[in-house]
Amino acid sequence: MEQLLSLAVKAVFVENLALSFFLGMCTFIAVSKKISTAIGLGISVMVVQTITVPANNLILTYLLAPGALAWAGLSDVDLTFLGLISYIGVIAALVQILEMVLDKYFPPLYNALGVFLPLITVNCAILGGSLFMVERGYDFTQSFTYGVSSGFGWALAITAMAGVREKLKYSDIPDGLQGLGITFITAGLMAMAFMSFSGVKL
Amino acid sequence: MPQTRREMLIDPLVDNNPITLQVLGICSALAVTSSLKVSLVMAIAVTFVTAFSSLFISILRNQIPGSIRIIVQMVIIASLVIIVDQFLKAYAFEISKTLSVFVGLIITNCIVMGRAEAFAMKNPPVASFIDGVGNGLGYGLILLMVGFIRELFGAGSLFGITILETVNNGGWYIANGMLLLPPSAFFVIGLIIWAFRTWKPGQVEEREYKIQTVEAH
Repeated sequence: MEQLLSLAVKAVFVENLALSFFLGMCTFIAVSKKISTAIGLGISVMVVQTITVPANNLILTYLLAPGALAWAGLSDVDLTFLGLISYIGVIAALVQILEMVLDKYFPPLYNALGVFLPLITVNCAILGGSLFMVERGYDFTQSFTYGVSSGFGWALAITAMAGVREKLKYSDIPDGLQGLGITFITAGLMAMAFMSFSGVKL
Repeated sequence: MPQTRREMLIDPLVDNNPITLQVLGICSALAVTSSLKVSLVMAIAVTFVTAFSSLFISILRNQIPGSIRIIVQMVIIASLVIIVDQFLKAYAFEISKTLSVFVGLIITNCIVMGRAEAFAMKNPPVASFIDGVGNGLGYGLILLMVGFIRELFGAGSLFGITILETVNNGGWYIANGMLLLPPSAFFVIGLIIWAFRTWKPGQVEEREYKIQTVEAH
């Protein structure tokens, strides 16, 4: 339990997907103009992340890892090279399913998330989460914790960013830096602030 | 829309750069640029994937049903990325370790998807291929610029060869350690954007609010 808690805190603050690994930057920059949309996107990323990381963990342990196919009598088959294509397939399929389920049973939520759901398939943060799970060899509980907390960390970062940008539009910025340029520099300052968490040990 | 093939190749370098103007593929641009060598490998990998995915998607564009096109594009892109990944693991293991998950993340690199959606689905194969190469190079250009600045001033070397002798090794140059840390990539890219837009004022974005100037009486 203690170990899971430390994993969660680490994934939210120290190894924040957006601000220390720069994952999901395209959407991070593009959809952070307003706080409300940023929160919507943040929540959808968190939901999708929570489902896909453990799902990909199951795929890895029971289908792809060396010797994983032992239950089917193929104990020396190693399919890890198919990893990338399977993970992205799982993500694309899950996003599609989630979209249909939400549309059918939770229309208000579906309408609120709207355009963001399909966008999430190509959000690097989602695939990145799964790939980090593979690289660090998390087991099922760990990958569930990692999924929830890394999604939360991303949501936190984009909401904070949107808050800064809402104020930023009133400031007097040099012409060339207007828009994208100053957004990058703001993100850099935020990333530096997040780096101060790196000493935290639990 | 660029007309000739030459323009198609040159246009994404500065005038329509994927990173500084289209805001595509920033994720990996930031994370892998702490040294020039890694940036170069990444640039080549992305150019390869963008070019060939555009080519194949363009060849298949009339066969792909609209409703599942994203998944079809994903499969094509993912297969190409697997090739790159396996190739790097076999011939450049050290670099593939440094790049870690970022090779896999080329799949979700918005440049690849963006060009597939915006260009390859509507244009013939050869044009799409050239467009892919052009955009890959535009991405690579920024990546190399950032990698150059970060490695030269952060570690005093280029491609691992010492240019500025650092104090730690008995030289005179006090390395700027911050440039090796991830946040500096944001600053460097922000400044590059500033430079680009000062050079090409047409790219400057509109202000949402203007500061009112009061006439003196």
